[in-house]
This record gives sequence, C-alpha cells and structure tokens, in this order.
Amino acid sequence: MKMILFYRLALTMSLVVFANVVMLAAALAQPVTIIVQSTTSTQNSGLFDFILPKFTAQTGITVNVVAVGTGQALKNGRNGDGDVLLVHAKSAEEQFIKRGFGVKRFDVMYNDFVIIGPKNDPAKLGGTVGILAALAKIVQSKSPFISRGDDSGTNKKELQLWQKAKINIVEKGGSWYRESGSGMGATLNIAAGMSAYTMSDRATWLAFKNKAGLKILSEGDPLLFNQYGVMLINPSKHPHVNEKEGQIFIDWLTGKEGQSAIAAYKLEGKQLFFPNAGR
Amino acid sequence: MEEIGNAFLIAFDLLRSRDAALMEIVQLSLWVSIIAVAISCIIGFFIGAALSVYRFPGRKVIVVVINALMGLPPVVLGLIVYLLLSRSGPLGVLGLLYTPTAMIIAQILLITPLVSALCLQVLEEFNREYDEFFRSLRLTSLAKIKTLLWEARFGLLTVGLAGFGRAISEVGAVMIVGGNINHATRIMTTAIALETSKGTLALALALGIILIIFSIAVNAAVMALRSSSKVQVHA
Repeated sequence: MKMILFYRLALTMSLVVFANVVMLAAALAQPVTIIVQSTTSTQNSGLFDFILPKFTAQTGITVNVVAVGTGQALKNGRNGDGDVLLVHAKSAEEQFIKRGFGVKRFDVMYNDFVIIGPKNDPAKLGGTVGILAALAKIVQSKSPFISRGDDSGTNKKELQLWQKAKINIVEKGGSWYRESGSGMGATLNIAAGMSAYTMSDRATWLAFKNKAGLKILSEGDPLLFNQYGVMLINPSKHPHVNEKEGQIFIDWLTGKEGQSAIAAYKLEGKQLFFPNAGR
Repeated sequence: MEEIGNAFLIAFDLLRSRDAALMEIVQLSLWVSIIAVAISCIIGFFIGAALSVYRFPGRKVIVVVINALMGLPPVVLGLIVYLLLSRSGPLGVLGLLYTPTAMIIAQILLITPLVSALCLQVLEEFNREYDEFFRSLRLTSLAKIKTLLWEARFGLLTVGLAGFGRAISEVGAVMIVGGNINHATRIMTTAIALETSKGTLALALALGIILIIFSIAVNAAVMALRSSSKVQVHA
C-alpha cells in the first residue's frame, strides 16, 4: 500500500515538474523580447541597466542581454543566437556584414582604452601619452602585463597595437606576458592581484570596484579610440530573428532618444560613453 | 581584506530587506536546480536500479562510462548543450537557448550520471542483502526493482541531495546556455561570477553566503522529512 502511495507521489511530482518546465518556457516565449549579444564592457559598466529601462518603457520591448567577449558575440550571432549585436571591433564587424551574417552596421558610441598598472609603476610609464612608446617601455622593463587573450574587442585592439609598435608579442612575450582568457573585470582582478599592467576600456575601469593598487598610467593617444557598433542579425539567414523589434531597438539606440540616454549615463560625475551615431 | 567582514553585513542586509532582485535570483536558482534534480532522479534511479538488477553483456562498460561521466567538466557539457540548442544546431528550432529550460536540460545531463552511479551503489548493497529473499519469492526483475527502490528510499534521498548540491553550485554550463540574462536566466552562481568581474567582491561573497544558507535550508528540510517518515515506519 505504501509502495503504491510512493509511486503515486512520484508520478504527481513529475507531472508538476513537467507543467512547471512548460510554464517557464512559455513565460519566456513572449514575442516582445529581443536578445542582444553584447560585450562585457557595456554590461559591467552599468550602461544597459541605465538605458534599457527607458527603451522598454517607450516601446514595451524587453531586451535580454547576453554579455560575452566580442569574438564570442560575433560567433553566437553567426549561429543566429540573438537578434541584435552591439560590439566593439569595427573591422571584425564589417567582415561579419560582408559575409552576410548581419544586415547593416551603425556606429553607436565611443570611448577609449587606457593602460592600467600598479601605482609604483615599475615600467615608468608615468603619463606617457604615446601608446606605442608605453608598450615598448613595458617590454623593456619586462613588467608583468595581463592580456585578455579571449578574442574580445579589447584583445583584438591590444594585439593590433603590439603589431603597430612592431613588437612580436609571440616571440618577445616571455613569462611577463600573461593571457587571462577572461572578461575585462576578471582580468582587472588578476592585474590587481599580480601588480601587473593591462589594457582596459575606460567604462569598465571607471565602474570597476576592486581598483586596489591600480591606476591609469597611459591615456589619450588617438590610437586608443574605441568604437561601438550595432547591427541586426540577418533574418534571411535566420528567419526566427525578430526583425521588427530588433530594428526598433537599433533605430532607438542610434536615434535622438537613445543617443541622449547614452550621453546621460554618468558614474561619479564622469561620462562613460560618447554617442556618435552618424544621423 | 575587509571584504569578508563586509560580505556578512551585506548578506544580512539583503536578507533582512528581502531585496527584490535577490529574491528573484534565489527563486530561479532553486527552481532550476530542484526541477533538474527531480527529473534526474526519475531517470537516474531507473538507470541505477536497472543496472543493479539486470545482468547483460556490456553492463560493466555502461557502469564505467557512467562513473567517468561524473567527472565531466560542466563547461564542456554547457558547450555541448549550446551546440545542440543553438539556432544553427539540431534542436535550434525549439528556441530554447537562453531560457531556464536550457539551464535545466544542462543540469539534468550534468547530474544524471552522478545520481545513477550513486543509486547503483546504494542498491547493490540492498541487492546483496535481499538476494535470498528475492530468490525464495521468485520475484520478477521489475518487482525486484520496485522493492529495492522502496527499501533504499532513505539512501536515495541522500543521493538526490548530492545531485542537488552539484546542480545548485554549478556555474560554467548554465552561464553558456542561460546567458546570465538579468530577470530571465540570472541565478545565484552566475550573479556571483558577474559581481566578481565587476570588482564588487564583498557583494559577490555575500551572494555566496546566501547561496549556502538556502542550500542548508533545502538539505535540512529533506533531512527533517526523512527522520519524520522514519519514525512513522518504525512506529
């Protein structure tokens, strides 16, 4: 008798469980939700938490953000896992459009990269503006440098800069050059723990709360420009893409309201992103 | 290292004020893991029981494989589930990626080997103990399975809790297939990873403390259930 009761209980429980799974799936299958594949910098800096509620209030469209490195975001976008891409690696984005994975790319906003390092500054960067000179100093002093090493927008930029400085980092990079293989925040944590140099986008750095003994040691070179772009994932390749809602988001972001929302986002009185959509 | 002290204060504050964002995350964490454990137990207990009762060629190979799968890195599993559920993958049409359902699927695949292997181990002992009894009654295999599962129910409860422990603490797989989306797929572990990457270490640690508290609560509830029903059995 007890055994029958036990199995009845098990059966009822599994039915309840099944019903819940279906409910959870249904709750998320609302048509007014779009998925944006974006980068860790836009999420960690708090930008999305600031501008997305405004967008949702105006349009009723919920935006689900998946924050990964730009390289992974582009790959996920290529697989059709999302509706819109908001990333920062212009040449990779243009390649993405050229190969037909995205519809059209729009500039959205920019900020810049900065070189972060320990306050005692063993490589003596001390306010060196020229980024190529700053990198050369790091190599010369063999001071520890943490690279993202994750094919993110920041990582792509860093590798370009080593190349511009004519430093073959594969050859020269000894034990002082480390790849964290992690997001910007995690990499900053490592740099703090190791008293190492690293390159960060300014937004993530300003929002970062574990600055420990780190500070900005080189900034201001035009080469450190950091452009963000937005694009719709191609619905002709992936028919499930929410073309209408995705486009509404892109139009909003590059339009008057989105641009002023981006400009209005400040942290400790400092503006993190500068809108520059060309319209 | 004032973070550690601060973490307890923050954890206490968050719990006392029933912080809405926190409660949402905690609820989803518990839901996802409990559902995953329930389904894993249904599958895993059946596999474990079948392996303990039936003897067939290749049985040992299956046991070895299941034991080996217990050590599967969650990230690898997350990647496999991502590739399956991706819009370009074989199950892409279902549109399950970045939903709690995807996280449940990943956790089921993660803990079913653990539940099966531990279940087999628990039942083996009972099987040896009951062997003569089964023979004397000439029970069918199905009847044996039923009897074993019933007799071992308290041991199996612990097996379920072991599965729950692995599910609730997991981060690699659910991060990939859930996407850590705010208000949709953010759970305790992915929120901890996010706060760590923002450098808000005290808050991350506070979330960890809260995760442990809820984990203890679930374990205690199951144990209480177990001891109260044990009393009934012996009464």
